[in-house]
Order: sequence, then structure tokens, then C-alpha cells
Amino acid sequence: MIRTGAQIVWEMLQREGVEVVFGMPGGSIMTTYHPRQEYGVRHVLIRHEQAAAHAADGYARASGRVGVAMATSGPGATNLTTGIATAMMDSIPLVCITGQVRSSMIGSDAFQEADITGITLPITKHNYLVTDVHDLAPTIREAFYIASTGRPGPVLIDLPLDVQTAKIEFQPPQGDVCLAGYCPDLTIDPADVEWMAAALAEAERPVILAGHGVVLSGAAHLLRTLAESAELPVTTTLLGKGSFPDHHPLCLGMMGMHGAVAANFAIQEADLLVALGMRFDDRVTGCLERYAPSARKIHVDLDPAEISKNVSADLAVVADVRDVLERLSPLVVRSDRSAWMDRIANWKADAAEREILFRASGLGLTAPDVVREIWEQTGGEALVVTDVGQNQMWSAQYYASSRPRSFLSSGGLGTMGFALPAAIGAQIARPEDEVWAIAGDGGFQMNIQELATVVQEDLPLRIAVLNNGYLGMVRQWQEHFYDGRYEATKLLNPDFVRVAEAYGLRAWRGTSCDEAQDAIDRARNLPSAGLIEFVIEGEGEGGNVYPMVPSGAALHEMMRRPIPVGASKSGWSG
Amino acid sequence: MKRTLVALVQDRPGTLNRIASLFRRRAYNIESLTVGHTERYGVSRMTIVVDESGTSRGIVERNLRKLINVLHVEDVTDASAVMHDLALIKVETVNGTRAEIMKIAESFGARILDIGLDTLIVEATAPGDQIDRLVRILRPFGIAEMVRTGRIAMVRDIVSNPIQNEKERA
Repeated sequence: MIRTGAQIVWEMLQREGVEVVFGMPGGSIMTTYHPRQEYGVRHVLIRHEQAAAHAADGYARASGRVGVAMATSGPGATNLTTGIATAMMDSIPLVCITGQVRSSMIGSDAFQEADITGITLPITKHNYLVTDVHDLAPTIREAFYIASTGRPGPVLIDLPLDVQTAKIEFQPPQGDVCLAGYCPDLTIDPADVEWMAAALAEAERPVILAGHGVVLSGAAHLLRTLAESAELPVTTTLLGKGSFPDHHPLCLGMMGMHGAVAANFAIQEADLLVALGMRFDDRVTGCLERYAPSARKIHVDLDPAEISKNVSADLAVVADVRDVLERLSPLVVRSDRSAWMDRIANWKADAAEREILFRASGLGLTAPDVVREIWEQTGGEALVVTDVGQNQMWSAQYYASSRPRSFLSSGGLGTMGFALPAAIGAQIARPEDEVWAIAGDGGFQMNIQELATVVQEDLPLRIAVLNNGYLGMVRQWQEHFYDGRYEATKLLNPDFVRVAEAYGLRAWRGTSCDEAQDAIDRARNLPSAGLIEFVIEGEGEGGNVYPMVPSGAALHEMMRRPIPVGASKSGWSG
Repeated sequence: MKRTLVALVQDRPGTLNRIASLFRRRAYNIESLTVGHTERYGVSRMTIVVDESGTSRGIVERNLRKLINVLHVEDVTDASAVMHDLALIKVETVNGTRAEIMKIAESFGARILDIGLDTLIVEATAPGDQIDRLVRILRPFGIAEMVRTGRIAMVRDIVSNPIQNEKERA
């Protein structure tokens, strides 16, 4: 059958099982858009290409499938780059298809020409410029294969206009994808697994560090089995949230700069760290030289380039976490570690005494109040998508996750503006789930235009804007480390309720705990999208995220909230 | 610590750019890089000398392997391997020093490629440190121009086809 390049694109997307593409047409890609309807692939029209990449990313995180974004040449393609870099840092499988000027005009500075394969070289797992329509189908197939296998990542395909219009006799590619330079060796040496089991049996103060790799490889249930059968405390990274239930008695909470006190102390005092699918990011380790000084380190990751990059490993296992846990679990034995567990329980109790939620201090509405209320009303079952900054850390701390792929956040790149478009993708991936986008007033305005997409696609998203009138995380640093001078962080904001209403959403404002409770309840009982602006404490005790490991400090050197006089005890740790 | 890596890569547009981009982005320090054809059609061979001080051992090799267009990487630093540079050195002969220079070249096993009125061109193919010594000795005569290829390396005595082997393993 004779097909144009444009038809081949959709034919191949269909064959890859793609159900939705996020994008925006333009001069160099409208030819590809033209035959879409014949192939029945859904298209979601976003309002800015950055949001297309984030939405595809959110779709991929929520579903475990490859997200697809499409944009035109030049500015369309360059607008994708923040989203591509976000996906690259967090190992998210994306395929981005961009239009390009005609092959004959490449290099001539033609209208809307940008060297997008050159630009995205360091922020893609791989990319292609297709110059011959005969290469198109095999390239799309390879792109999906590369994006979704091994350590996942974004792949970009740049399509010149003449390749989109060219006609050929189309033969769908047959057989398996075979790439000579892409065949990682992930076989596990049984001796390594035995060494791990022995180290775990010997350890008096072990800690498991669970990262995004546990989520990506679908190994959460295996992690739980391992932890429970050998009584091993588990702490997660930000992206590892959901790989182990936050309320499990063995869970220490999140580690790192704004991690839980018990997690950070436990890491610093541990004699064995078992890192599963995480990469010892600087936000997780604090000062490297003084990180977990007395611990032996076992590092399991399927990317060999992550081994001993930041923290040198005593044992490195380059393999899929799932395969390793399947082999390890039968070998572990239960040891008596009651002294270690008691120590952990003390840290948790101490943290609970400092918990801001339960103090009678005359504070106004705080972000922890809001996130905790959303958590309570949704029974911890919502799919939460955060933005970046204080809102992200508060969401991580106060929205206890119970399952994988239900807490989505831009971890590595820390991309403000991520929440709303990623939540659009997540809601489309999981239409039955209650999806909450939680953003600050700063980041929300970076992709506020996507409220139009929410309404056009009729998505029942819940959007929480935590409005403290500042770029809050930067303000917090200015308060502590820059003489309290709030340089360029005070925001004069629009009326978010009226903005949302203008876009066609229902919207409410919450300025007290009672109003917040009521607004959340109303938003949840709406069949369509709703936005709530929460006016929260902007400064001081209620406006800061604690604990906080200052830049350059070791993990145990946390700035913490003081124990208040006459505080009521509770089981909540923070 | 300087390491010598031999990489077999797909001979495609952009491959060199990908490798250069990796080194730039990760701030690895390239001492020298040579590229050329191999015995196989569509496969190029790179010899890369990289200064690994400041990075963890083997991290450059592991990152190179991740590139899709890179078929095989081998660290030959500690292997029994032939490692040669090629240098073309144009030396001034204005003061009647031609015979002396030719004698020095001969004792280094270098060839005289061209003799001009006031200069001659010496071609030396040897391990880098030997070429360094030759250059040091020739410098007082006046070096008008010099070009060096950077190191190329080949492991001794093993008949191997790494690309084929990797395919079988996969």
C-alpha cells in the first residue's frame, strides 16, 4: 500500500499502541496532523509546547507507558525542551515528534528552523533526524524501543516536511528491534545476591533506600516482602514515594534535604545501606564527604554509569531491581534488631512532638493543613501531581502515599510549571482516578494557560493553588541564608478564583482551616474541574518547610522546628 | 590518571558530535581523540585518551557505552597494546644543520618525507613519549610547524570481533 510519511507516522503510532498524543500543530507539522483522524489516535491540544512534553510525561508516569508529544519546527520544538530535560532527569519514556523545514532548506536559517537534534543531544536518550521516508517506520519503532527499555528516557524524532509528504510503498517493519550498540548486560551474578543476603543478615543498623527504579521496574510488592520478611526499615527518595507505603511501620519516610528526621538520622547512623534504583542525588545525600560514614553501601541500578558516580559502592549490582529482589528475598533471614528499631521509634516520636499540624499557636492556614486535609478527604487514594518548591516538599511530607505511580513530581530537574500539564496527562492515563494538581502561586502561573486545555478536554481535575504570595522556597532560603532580604521573590498575584472562572472552571478560596475543608469537599463532589486557591501563611514558622538540611551540611545537621511548650503528643511524624 | 579507550562506533552523521557532547556535558577532559575507518564497512574506530582524575574510575567508559551509536568500548590502558602517535615535524635547516637533523631522525626510526631549501619534514610514528623526546631534541634547530595525530591503539595478539561477540551475548 502506498502511504505518505504523515500516514506512516500514525500507522506506526497505532502499531505501538499509542492512544493519545499531546501537541500543537504548526507550519512544519500540520501535514502530519492532517491524516490523524483516519487512525483514531486521540489528540490533546495543549496551549504551549512545554505543556505537551509535561502532559506526555505525566501520562507516562501515571500509566507506565510511553508518552507522545508532537510539535512544529523551530519555536514549537524549542518549547518542548524543558519538558524533555525534565523527562530525561527522571527516566521517563517519551517519544517527541517534531516537524522540520524541508531537507533541502536545512542549514539555510529558513523560517522556523531550529537545530532541534543538536539542541536536544544532551537531554535525550537518543534522537533522530529522518531524511529518507524509507527510514521513518523503522526509526519510530526504534524510538519506542529505546525510550521504554533499559533505563527509560525521552527520544526525539525530527521530521522534515518533505519526508512527511513523500509517498512510498509501505511495509510495516517485522521482527524484533536489533540495535548493535544497545544491548546492556543485566545478568545477575548469584554470588552478588548471596553477598547482599549475608550483609543484610550481619547488619545491626541496615536501611533500604528505595528510589524511582523500584517504581519503574514494578518491584514495590517485592520490596514490601523483603522489608517485612527481614524487618528492614525503608526510606524513599522523592520519586521513590509510593514504592513503599508511607504509613507502614517500617517506613522512615522520605530522605534528603527536606526528608523525615528518622530517615536522615537512620542513614547517618546505619552500618549498611541498600540502595535500590536510586542515584544518590545531591538533594538526597547532603554533604557527600560526611554521608553515612559508617555504612557499607550496596548499590543496585540498571544504569552502570550511576554506579559510584556520587557515592562509591562496596557492592554494585547492575541489574533490574525487580530481578534482584526476586532472587534476594528467599535468601534473607530475620535478625533481631530491636535496638535499632527502638532508636528509630525515638526519632519518630521526637519528630511528632515538633509537628506543626497539632500545635495550638494561633497560626493561620498553613500548607501542611491543606495537604493533610486533601489526604484525609481522599483517603490517601488520590493521584497527586505536584509542582516544584515548598508545595512539592509539603505534598511529599503530608500526602502519605500507599501505592506506586500515584505521586508524580519533577524531581531531578525541579521544573516549576510541571503540575498542571502533568496532571492533565495523568488524568487522561487514569480517567477513573481522582487527580489533584498541587502547585504554588509561582509555578502555577508558569503553565496557567493549560486551564484552557483542562476545560476543552473536559477533565475532572482538582487543582490546589497554595498561595503564599512568594516564590516560597527561594524566600525561605533568603530568610535563612541571605540576611532575610526577599530579593525578587514577592509576587503580586492575580485573583486566581476569577482567573479560573474566566477559563470556565468552578473555583473557591480557602483562607482558614474550615474554609479549606469545605472547599476541598465541594471540589471533590464536582463532576468537572475545580480550582481552590488556599491563602496560606507566607512567612515565619508556618511559612517554612522543615526539616531542612542546609546546602553543604551533612544529613543529620537538619534545621528543625523547636519542640513547642505544652505540645500535644500524637502519632504523626513530620 | 590518563586512560586510553578504544571505541567502535557507527559511521553516521552526528556520532562524533554525540561523543563530543558527552565529554563536554560531563566535563571530562579529552587529551586526544582520533577517528578513522576500520576493516568493517560502516564502523569507525576512535582512540580516546582521557584524563580521569576528578571522576570515578571507569565512568567515562560506562557513559560512552550508553550512547546508542557506540558499538563497543574497551579500556586498553593496562592491556598489552601498541599505542602510537604519528607526527609530521617541519624543521628549519638554515644553518647547515640538515645532515645532523637527518641523523637524529634516523636514530629515532623517523623518516624524512620532504627536503626543501630551508626546511625538511620528519615523519615519526612511535609511542607518544618517544615523539616528545624527538621534538625536544629538534626544537633547538627551529621547528617551523608540527602536527600530531594523537594516540591510536591496538591490543596485541588477540583475534577478536567485539561487535560480533556483543551481539551473541545479547
